[in-house]
Amino acid sequence: MRPTFWQRLDTFARHLTPVALTLVLVILNVVPTHIPGIARVLPVLPLIAVFYWSIHRPHLMPAPAVFLIGLFQDGLTGAPMGLHALIFLAVQGVVLFQHKFFMGKSFFVHWLGFGLVGAGAALLSWGLLSAFYVTLFAAEAIAFQYVMTVAAFPLFAFIFSRWQQAFLKLD
Amino acid sequence: MKEPQSFSRVAQPIRNFAQRFAYVGLVVAAFALMMLAKVDTILVERARTHMTDAVAPILDVISRPIDTVNQTVDEVQALKNLYDDNARLREERNRLLHWKSLAEKLEAENRVLKEQLNVIPEREASFVTARVIADTGGAFSQSVIVNAGARDGVEKGQAAVTADGLVGRVIDVGSRSARVLLLTDINAKIPVLVDPTRTRAIMAGANQSKPRLTWLPPSAVVTVGDSVVTSGHAGVFPPGLRVGQVAAVGEGGMIVQPYVDLSRLEYVRIINLGMGGILQLPQRSIGPADGLPGSSVKTGGGGQ
Repeated sequence: MRPTFWQRLDTFARHLTPVALTLVLVILNVVPTHIPGIARVLPVLPLIAVFYWSIHRPHLMPAPAVFLIGLFQDGLTGAPMGLHALIFLAVQGVVLFQHKFFMGKSFFVHWLGFGLVGAGAALLSWGLLSAFYVTLFAAEAIAFQYVMTVAAFPLFAFIFSRWQQAFLKLD
Repeated sequence: MKEPQSFSRVAQPIRNFAQRFAYVGLVVAAFALMMLAKVDTILVERARTHMTDAVAPILDVISRPIDTVNQTVDEVQALKNLYDDNARLREERNRLLHWKSLAEKLEAENRVLKEQLNVIPEREASFVTARVIADTGGAFSQSVIVNAGARDGVEKGQAAVTADGLVGRVIDVGSRSARVLLLTDINAKIPVLVDPTRTRAIMAGANQSKPRLTWLPPSAVVTVGDSVVTSGHAGVFPPGLRVGQVAAVGEGGMIVQPYVDLSRLEYVRIINLGMGGILQLPQRSIGPADGLPGSSVKTGGGGQ
């Protein structure tokens, strides 16, 4: 039976949610929290989203969307334009390359995988920033940000998995 | 609809190839964009400004409840410390009254002396007070977005301060939002004077919590506790704005502790030099003195 117009619209809307959620995270990431100290090295939340959806629903997180999410992140955070686009694409590339490995693995394997991929992303961003500013960029802040991002992974992976269960189960 | 077997056998590799090609294309595009951002900053910054401006209303709404929660927490803490604060403030008031009388005397003396010497008066400055709606501080850049833009009279290059001291400089202006580059950002290079020796230096950020002093004259003597103020050289900042205190002098260079707690910015004042009285200040209620139209401060005073 061919799905009706409303069914297709419903599916289409559900399919948009991974990218939409990631864009929301980009915005949430820059909302001032006024927490002393922590506010200056917040986790890179969209990175978690890109990683998670690239494993679980890769067709709903296509490369052009990742590129745009990265640009949006750069635009809002004031980082050099293209930096996060490149980092997010690299993370997605690695995940898709190792997709068979990640499929059906436990949460802890995913977390460990994120730890490794995130470290690569942190190293890449350090290298790119150092090249961009033609100086050895302060590594501490990036390292701390990496730790925060890895620490935030379980919470957001949990939220995404609930979302996936609720809205994207059939895909 | 089911595709014929033979067709999909041919189409699948082509599709895979196209996807891979698109992926590589995007990576190259991101890289090219970074290069472009390095070469042609204006074009890329304009794109950024439009993006920030588009999201500003959303940020404005989202940041409000968080600000309210913070204010409530602050108020509860203030209630707890009410007695101690009161005692401390009484003591401080007595001390400040003494300073006030001294300042009045010096101001009168200064005025008379300036008249005698025919000193050209400094231009009056006005200011716009804006709320911080996004704090993009992080490892990559240190800036905040405020909810005032070109329509409120904010212009690129203006200095942003709080009552405690200098915050940074406006680098991007949209119609309803502007980006303030904090003095800790790697792009922030601020000409300063180190008191009491009036030593010239450049204070450079490094995306860390504390900026450093660079380009000092070889004979400069800087000690811990010296205060750092803007020098007004290069014409970016008005002279005499309080910046911070020298926190450490040693192997790692001279580190400055800014007076402003940059991680807890809620409102900043954007100083507009030489446009006193022309500005239509935005209707944003924040304290009695700050939002009044036509309120102006002396250059260098910065409303402190």
